[in-house]
Amino acid sequence: MPIGGVIPDAGNSRQYHTGGWGKATPKIDYEKCKLCMLCWWFCPDGVFSINDGRVQINLDYCKACGICARECPPNFNAITMASKKEVT
Amino acid sequence: MAEVKKQRFMALTGNGAAVEALRQIDPHVFAMFPITPSTQIPEWMEKLISEGNVRTRMIRAESEHSAISAAHGAALTGARVVDASASQGIALKHEILYITAANRLPVLMLVANRALSGPINIHADHSDTMGSRDAGWIHIYAENVQEVYDTTVQAYRIAEHSDVLLPIIVGFDGFTVSHALSLVNLIDDADVKDFIGTPHPPYSILNTDTPMTFGAFALQDYYMEYRYQMREAMNNALSVIEDVGREYGEKFGRTYGPIDPYFVDDAEVVLVVIGSTAATIKDVVDILRAEGKKVGMLRVRSYRPFPTKQIRNALKNAKIVAVLDRADSPGTPNGPLFADVSMSMLNMLNPPWVTGAIYGLGGRELLEDQIREYYEAFHVRWTEYPEPGTYVGLRE
Repeated sequence: MPIGGVIPDAGNSRQYHTGGWGKATPKIDYEKCKLCMLCWWFCPDGVFSINDGRVQINLDYCKACGICARECPPNFNAITMASKKEVT
Repeated sequence: MAEVKKQRFMALTGNGAAVEALRQIDPHVFAMFPITPSTQIPEWMEKLISEGNVRTRMIRAESEHSAISAAHGAALTGARVVDASASQGIALKHEILYITAANRLPVLMLVANRALSGPINIHADHSDTMGSRDAGWIHIYAENVQEVYDTTVQAYRIAEHSDVLLPIIVGFDGFTVSHALSLVNLIDDADVKDFIGTPHPPYSILNTDTPMTFGAFALQDYYMEYRYQMREAMNNALSVIEDVGREYGEKFGRTYGPIDPYFVDDAEVVLVVIGSTAATIKDVVDILRAEGKKVGMLRVRSYRPFPTKQIRNALKNAKIVAVLDRADSPGTPNGPLFADVSMSMLNMLNPPWVTGAIYGLGGRELLEDQIREYYEAFHVRWTEYPEPGTYVGLRE
């Protein structure tokens, strides 16, 4: 084991899927989403991206804090927090 | 025996001797914050820097906590780093001291031991470094100015050893040693450079080819293993301190080790102490020996790691051991040194009777008469064994 609390593999935090911590998951209503990307701005874990013209969430790292659902502008309300069973 | 090199002499104070050693060591970084009685160390280092005599970069931090944090950051690059402090400065650094040790960074800290407040006091006392004795730093206490110089030269060799890699405190009594002018036997610049060598840190934060994470988080599943590694490193440090001290003696004529025994072999009573008061006790031992009394003194030089085996061995023939603490731990029988010495005596076949006293707090000097009186209190009147926790030299 390396000494001093040193972690020799750079960026190995990627291997730690903190998504397992969350009890809920953000659910995106693509009819309402206008791709303003405020969810991406506010996400503390940086799980948002755009793929095929749609907002995607990397569920490996989403801790279900719900900040995206709160920050999605009230005019759109495209994100709601739903239970994991519902979405997956 | 190899020829001992011809050396030069200089009149220096404890702080001056530390600076002279640093001048020869030429550390990469000095992260400082001023506090009496250590302030002269970074002050005089600044003078050397401004004269171009060292290449050391000085970081003038905004607090003691920031100073050790800056030292820690610099040490992550693999640089040789030094800090100097005392008293409240050590206390303010406390949380970082644990981290520097845990990150296994061989930082050197020179401490002109000074009493912790309250009341506010700027004089010699061991409460400052004793307050952080569990942080994982190596503690070596010098008796006099010569030893401050010699130990500072040895420090990085001990701390940077691949089996150790722990930060090191070199402590010496504030004012009594830090400001006392003494004739010091110095080593040549080239010999110091040769002795300390170049650092070979296992990791560097500047290494971008193999980037790593430093100072990471560790949950229940790994924290204990990292701490166990530190315990092992501290255990290894004991033999490294011996080896380095012996090598120093072979090359330069003055040998050092974890303990400094004085007439302990046939002593019935041994006084155990850390620091400059050892010199006074040695004088009293000489007087008592001349009177035919079998008394000795054991000075503990390496307090962390604590030299349990060496102390047990040195005290194996003693009947009474009296530990003099220059720091108190109220609510316990005596001070920290008493606790560690007592622990060493556990499970011995024929342990000596161990007592202790507190002395010298806030810089009050321990006088020869008081030492003699303390000795007589239990040795002459055999049936009256004083309990530990007495304050020697208290006003009546």
